[in-house]
Amino acid sequence: MTTVAELPAGFADKVLSAQTTFRSVMDAMARPGSVQRVIAESGAPASLMRGTAAIALTLFDHDTPVWLDPLLSETSDVAKWLKFHTSAPVISDSSISSFAVVGDARALPALDRFAFGSSEYPDRSTTVILQVESLTVGPAFELRGPGIDGTAVLRATLQPADLFERLAVNATLFPRGIDIVLVADDAVVAIPRTTRLVAKGD
Amino acid sequence: MNAPVYNFAYLDEQTKRMIRRAILKGIAIPGYQVPFASREMPMPYGWGTGGVQVTAAILGPDDVLKVIDQGSDDTTNAISIRKFFARTAGVATTTATADATVIQTRHRIPEAPLHGGQVLVYQVPIPEPLRFLEPRETETRRMHALGEYGLMHVKLYEDIARFGHIATSYAYPVKVNARYVMDPSPTPKFDNPKMDNCPALQLFGAGREKRIYAIPPYTSVVSLDFEDHPFTRYRFDAPCALCGAGDSYLDEIVTDDQGSRMFVCSDTDYCEGRQAEGHRGSESAAPHKERPHG
Repeated sequence: MTTVAELPAGFADKVLSAQTTFRSVMDAMARPGSVQRVIAESGAPASLMRGTAAIALTLFDHDTPVWLDPLLSETSDVAKWLKFHTSAPVISDSSISSFAVVGDARALPALDRFAFGSSEYPDRSTTVILQVESLTVGPAFELRGPGIDGTAVLRATLQPADLFERLAVNATLFPRGIDIVLVADDAVVAIPRTTRLVAKGD
Repeated sequence: MNAPVYNFAYLDEQTKRMIRRAILKGIAIPGYQVPFASREMPMPYGWGTGGVQVTAAILGPDDVLKVIDQGSDDTTNAISIRKFFARTAGVATTTATADATVIQTRHRIPEAPLHGGQVLVYQVPIPEPLRFLEPRETETRRMHALGEYGLMHVKLYEDIARFGHIATSYAYPVKVNARYVMDPSPTPKFDNPKMDNCPALQLFGAGREKRIYAIPPYTSVVSLDFEDHPFTRYRFDAPCALCGAGDSYLDEIVTDDQGSRMFVCSDTDYCEGRQAEGHRGSESAAPHKERPHG
């Protein structure tokens, strides 16, 4: 049983750490496939990467129901840490979550378990934060879409292996869809719903 | 001393989080207007409360801020917003387009090309391009959902029927990423082509109407038109009277009551930069520069 005093710390400087983290995420979202770094330091529960923790501290609050995957909800550490630092409600129904945090990407549930938003309000969708192995080495993914000048190449070791195939649903449903934020340690890459996979290499 | 102490960049952190989430959704759905809980700002609606809130949510201590009002760095609105952030966030400010990392604008895009490290923040009065055609929000929202923009083409067609050409000269509707029709705020249509495939991120904030929307970098932005009436830019057919520029957007300035007028660049930074490089126009002894009184 962890007490509040034993919880890992949040940002040392809430205001400026949140600002730099947000700019990294905004740049990532505006330039899909580009690798941005989170430089703000914060404590984090064992199963959260520091990038994930910083994004949570930056974007989560009482207005954003958060869904945690089985790995992160195995113990109550992450939920307690999130509740204490962000007051975000941790919920078990992923289909009404604003954010879903997936610690073990192999166990990413089917995307239709999340909210796609409605045609009138496509913004009411789940943003999925996916912890992956590496965003610098691995197979190449050639991407195109708004924010990309021509095509961008992302080298990443990520699970599930068919992530981009699953994301094809974004092309069908647009403007509804799921926005993905990939995190590997302090590296962040965003795959908004407008990004399409052109080719996959090694 | 009981001087009020504000948070960095004025807004409280909860408000910034809410705006930041809206900005991320806006970028993910280019051209779609994301509702947000706009706050009261210490300035009246119409003075850029939407743009100010977006700027406050993204601004960091390392940013360099430029604020323009119709291209000008030195009008009341531009100066007061620049001072507001210099005071509440302590950021460096500039009038030079190339040096700025964040540019807040009321209705113009600078003449100098923007680069990838910049964010352009627009102040928007009426974000809904269909609002004057359909007053009901429920209806315009459904039209956006269905991509049903025939009404907008009818409006442009009525221009042609009445005037022989598309007479809409500002707030000229654009289609973003081949999906959403968007109001580019009341920028002169001269600036519309600059939005297309722009390397900088463009964010739009409407404070009174409580909407945020965005155009990511390198996104297609097409001005609506017809095959036989293609979109055309418009500028006065004259060189700038101060710097001689033949490619910039011009303001018409009435100089007396006898019908005399001159045309000068609307973008003051661009015009001053050209004058500093030695370019001269017909009125090169710049009348707006005051001489010291003896």
